[in-house]
Amino acid sequence: MSPGARGPAIALSGVTHRYGRTLALDGVDLTVPAGCMAGLIGPDGVGKSTLLGLAAGVTRIQSGTVAVLGGDIGDRGWRRQAGGRIAYMPQGLGRNLYPTLSIAENLDFFGRLFGQGATERAERIAELLAATGLSAFAARPAGKLSGGMKQKLGICAALIHDPDLVILDEPTTGIDPLSRCQFWELMVRLRERRPSMSVVVATAYMEEAERFDWLAAMNGGKVLATGSPADIRAQVGEPTLERAFVALLPEAERGQGGPLPDLPPAVHSGEPAIEATGLTRRFGDFVAVDHVNFRIERGEIFGFLGSNGCGKSTTMKMLTGLLPASEGEAKLFGAPLAGGDMATRKRVGYMSQAFSLYGELTVRQNLVLHAQLFEIADVEARVAEMEARFDLAEVADVRPESLPLGIRQRLQLAVAVIHRPEILILDEPTSGVDPVARDGFWRTLIELSRQDGVTIFLSTHFMNEAERCDRISLMHAGRVLAIGTPEALKRERGMDTLEEVFIAVLEEAGKNAGSSGSDEANVELKPRPAALAPVKRFDPGRLWATARREALEIARDPARLAFALIGPILLLFTFGYGISFDVENLPYAALDQDRSAQSRQLLESFEGSRYFETRAPITSSDELDKRLTSGELKLAIEIPPGFGRDLLRERQPEVGVWLDGSMPFRAETTRGYVQGIAQSYLTDAELRATGRASPLAPFTLEPRYRYNPSFKSVNAMVPNVIMLMLVLIPAIMSALGVVKEKETGSISNFQSTPVTKLEFLLGKQVPYVAIAFVSFLSMVVAARLVFEVPVKGSFATLALGSLVYVFATTAFGLLVSSFVKSQVAAIFATAIIAIVPAVNFSGLLTPVSSLSGGARLMGLAFPSAWYQQVSVGAFTKGLGFAQLWQDIAMVFALALVFLAGAMLALRKQGA
Amino acid sequence: MFARLARIWRLGIKELYSLKADPVLAGLILYTFTVAVYTVSAGAKFEVENAAVAVVDEDQSALSRRLRDALMQPFFKEPVPITAREVDAAMDAGRYVFVLSIPPKFEHDVIAGRTPEIQLDIDATAMSQAGNGAAYIQNILVQEVAAALGRGATATPVSVVIRPKFNPNLTSAWFTAVMQVINNVTMLAVILSGAALIREREHGTIEHLLVMPVTPNEIMLAKIWANGLVIVVAATLSLLIVVERLLGVPVQGSVALFVASMLVYQFSVTALGILVATVSTSMAQFGLIVMPILIVMNLLSGSTTPIESMPAWLQNVMQLSPSTHFVALAQAVLYRGAGLSVIWPNLLALAAIGAAFFGLAALRFRKALEGAG
Repeated sequence: MSPGARGPAIALSGVTHRYGRTLALDGVDLTVPAGCMAGLIGPDGVGKSTLLGLAAGVTRIQSGTVAVLGGDIGDRGWRRQAGGRIAYMPQGLGRNLYPTLSIAENLDFFGRLFGQGATERAERIAELLAATGLSAFAARPAGKLSGGMKQKLGICAALIHDPDLVILDEPTTGIDPLSRCQFWELMVRLRERRPSMSVVVATAYMEEAERFDWLAAMNGGKVLATGSPADIRAQVGEPTLERAFVALLPEAERGQGGPLPDLPPAVHSGEPAIEATGLTRRFGDFVAVDHVNFRIERGEIFGFLGSNGCGKSTTMKMLTGLLPASEGEAKLFGAPLAGGDMATRKRVGYMSQAFSLYGELTVRQNLVLHAQLFEIADVEARVAEMEARFDLAEVADVRPESLPLGIRQRLQLAVAVIHRPEILILDEPTSGVDPVARDGFWRTLIELSRQDGVTIFLSTHFMNEAERCDRISLMHAGRVLAIGTPEALKRERGMDTLEEVFIAVLEEAGKNAGSSGSDEANVELKPRPAALAPVKRFDPGRLWATARREALEIARDPARLAFALIGPILLLFTFGYGISFDVENLPYAALDQDRSAQSRQLLESFEGSRYFETRAPITSSDELDKRLTSGELKLAIEIPPGFGRDLLRERQPEVGVWLDGSMPFRAETTRGYVQGIAQSYLTDAELRATGRASPLAPFTLEPRYRYNPSFKSVNAMVPNVIMLMLVLIPAIMSALGVVKEKETGSISNFQSTPVTKLEFLLGKQVPYVAIAFVSFLSMVVAARLVFEVPVKGSFATLALGSLVYVFATTAFGLLVSSFVKSQVAAIFATAIIAIVPAVNFSGLLTPVSSLSGGARLMGLAFPSAWYQQVSVGAFTKGLGFAQLWQDIAMVFALALVFLAGAMLALRKQGA
Repeated sequence: MFARLARIWRLGIKELYSLKADPVLAGLILYTFTVAVYTVSAGAKFEVENAAVAVVDEDQSALSRRLRDALMQPFFKEPVPITAREVDAAMDAGRYVFVLSIPPKFEHDVIAGRTPEIQLDIDATAMSQAGNGAAYIQNILVQEVAAALGRGATATPVSVVIRPKFNPNLTSAWFTAVMQVINNVTMLAVILSGAALIREREHGTIEHLLVMPVTPNEIMLAKIWANGLVIVVAATLSLLIVVERLLGVPVQGSVALFVASMLVYQFSVTALGILVATVSTSMAQFGLIVMPILIVMNLLSGSTTPIESMPAWLQNVMQLSPSTHFVALAQAVLYRGAGLSVIWPNLLALAAIGAAFFGLAALRFRKALEGAG
């Protein structure tokens, strides 16, 4: 089928997009033909991802119009309808997959999202897995797959609903050549079977783009040229796409031009810079690095090639001392590596695979920090030198978060060499970096090696980079398979390119077993049913899909589940016993300056009380002050000299009682006790003196301690603690629900599939509500068995109220989660916002009826204060639905408010 | 040694930059030390204040009205007249903590010396007010009736004068405000330092630090001093501005001694935060472990309910929590004006517990990194 035979897949007109002050797309008009493999090519940060995001409907259109599959994607209704026909795979290895879920579970989730029945799902999953050669690994968690397999799984997930348009954002970045090769073969086969399917791909690999049907070359937010690869080459008259692209760029951006210098390595004699002997690293049963041997001479550029997950990074980490070796030995400069060897660390520079500098610090702050940590003599001069050498001066005050990958990698390299190391260990330093930036990067590396004599040990997936190394080693499954100069390796096998050598070596090693081959070609993808059902506004199936997935993820983390269930029970015990308003065992002492029979009689009445605990007598007023100040005594009784005599003479002697007022509640209660004891002492004294009791009071006050006749804290505390546990634990669990997906990137599934906000949020809530409800039941049992606090009222009402309450508290967590950007902020905000109203304004410590002002408002705006009535009512007061339904209704209303807030904060489209 | 200090200093400065770059965290810190302290202290009081009372007056006499009017602010809210039939429902709904029922012909019976009975219904689930409030009501009624009958207070053979020291009016806000500051210090210190470590681990920046001439101890110490400093400064400002000025709580003891002790406390709680971070494998786990720890540390430290009311075994367990020692210390210094001679055992305990947390965290540090990597 020729491109453009039907309406366009994507048509942009006048599209401009900005991130803050950065212009990502600058008035783009572009028509991408349907029914073919179309590519967007260009360096990093030219707007490719933004364009694809707009087309997939995951990014909000700022200005201009974007038509996708014949409708306006800016229109919400069309977005919902088209969502079922578009598949979007975001940039990054497996970013939209769920790492703890197996391959089959991941696909099952996507199938459910698109409303497929059980048989249909099973068939499609079997088909797709067979077509991609993943069948044998169906039970393996996605997080444990190699990069190539992750991308294949990503394709399966994208194709599960037979989309008409597949959008792939740099699907092969960071994958080894063999997997890359297999990936494109797979795409070609899949397209052959469904020729009407349009595929739009962004890529920085020019050699891949050569195979596409149609291309758009982009730079600086603009489209430079469109057409078939041949057209584009012809436009500028260059033999390869890579050269053609450079020719299309404005003069200033073409890089330094000219081939890279090819200087021989400076020959250094003496000890090798790096030497590994039998180096091995195991993680449990898994052998990541298996008896690896190599030596790297000083001044050499040594390349490390191999598929993803073959042990390259682990080897490098062992050489930097980050990981101890399980076996074998690594020597730097002839000396074995020791963990705490600071002197060696200063001679090594390391650049990890992922960007690992401080995103929140500016470029200059990052440089200065590292210069200072390495104790460089003249920090300022060195930082300035680095900024000049790595072309960072312009962005010195920018935070690296907002910089394109190429510049970030330059910064990482600048940081890695700031202390003039003799060895550089670089883990895939150019992964995801565009060709122009990569050339510049290599110029610097060659300069460092040839001029400064730095030994460079790097890993890469780019064969043209491997060609530039002095020597390379091919690694697979933890073992080094071949080692030598690129020429020697090619010669040995009689092959023309390193890529061929690489593939041959890996195939020999059996990497291909079960992952590609002739049997795949026989698998037929069945055509989809004729009519596409309209996408429903609310679909319980999609809600269930989300709930099921969330539940599976929780089940994969048993430690978290255990904390969620055991934590509340443990706390119920601690608080049931611990939060007590029963003031007892108060330490007190007396300063008896009289020592008469009368004074002893008075003191005896204190000694007999269970509220007080007698301590050694006080001997002076000074001591009285001191012992109260130190906190040893909470109460001190001062009996004046001549007390007994005055009492007998009816001179009304005065007894001083000092309370420690530092804790007013305790002091207040103590005052009540003292008054009581004094009263009974007086009655007794009168009885003894006069032989008759004092005249009756004019009336009696009959206190009735309702609900809790024994007036024990535990009866009131248990229902309160349940209230507390059912807010804090569920909220903190659900608070990570949304934001975690934002951080890992799987939020794009929510953005690019027909799942609605409500389905997504409720689906996330279901498992947490279930866990919290189980936790509630276990606490009720514990209350009954351990504390002997039974539910006196209606259990059904309590259960209903609790269900509604945990619905509200998990909704609160989701509300926080939808607002914040990071998991730290989510934990922080939930803890801080929830603890105060749940502890202080809920009735746990102070009755809600006596709260005032802001405290009362905050209390009533949070579900805890209402549920506290339900919990205490059902447990202690013996109430039922008739008395409690209003409180439950209020909790429910608050739940709806939280949920509505979360829906407002949650964006179906990114900026 | 000097180089080591310089590195700790530098890494700490970096922490401060990170904190500055996160407006959400800064906003939450501000909220905790202002709004949260103020509303809790001003709004949720432990003493019998603003207690909700209702009166069932079946007598409708001058005396019964006099009794009703005697229940006054600030201890009680204006008593609400209700009927006998409404009592159960109103108490079930938690609208009143106390309901006073004055029987018919009360005044008449009192004058006739028939000692009629007033019933006081108390919501005994409102633990903080029920006991003390009932005692108040009893006193007030006895005095009012005596005054009404013109008898005045009868002379007792002994006069017992009760003088609360350190807080003469037993205003609970004095207590709550300072304790709230301490609770917030605990909460922020643990979360901030622990989350900072986990964030570095998840972003891979910690690996980067570890290939440089920097030891795990230096990284931890940097986090401790930087996060600790921010919190100590915020807490001190909160104490001086929110507690002393806005809430009008007189701080009697030495603020300098308190702040100095807070530095020691910071060490122990930030070390705890780091320890928890090294034990948990993800932010989700960290949140789940930290939440119960924080509630226990805050509610059972003696900053909320009296520590001597807890069972002995629990009191012993709580000795392991730095918050228990710091609360005891803070109460001694700020309320009772105690000096170093009194609080040194607490300070020593804080330092020892902090050192233990720090040591454990150091042991776990690299292991946690491998587990997460």
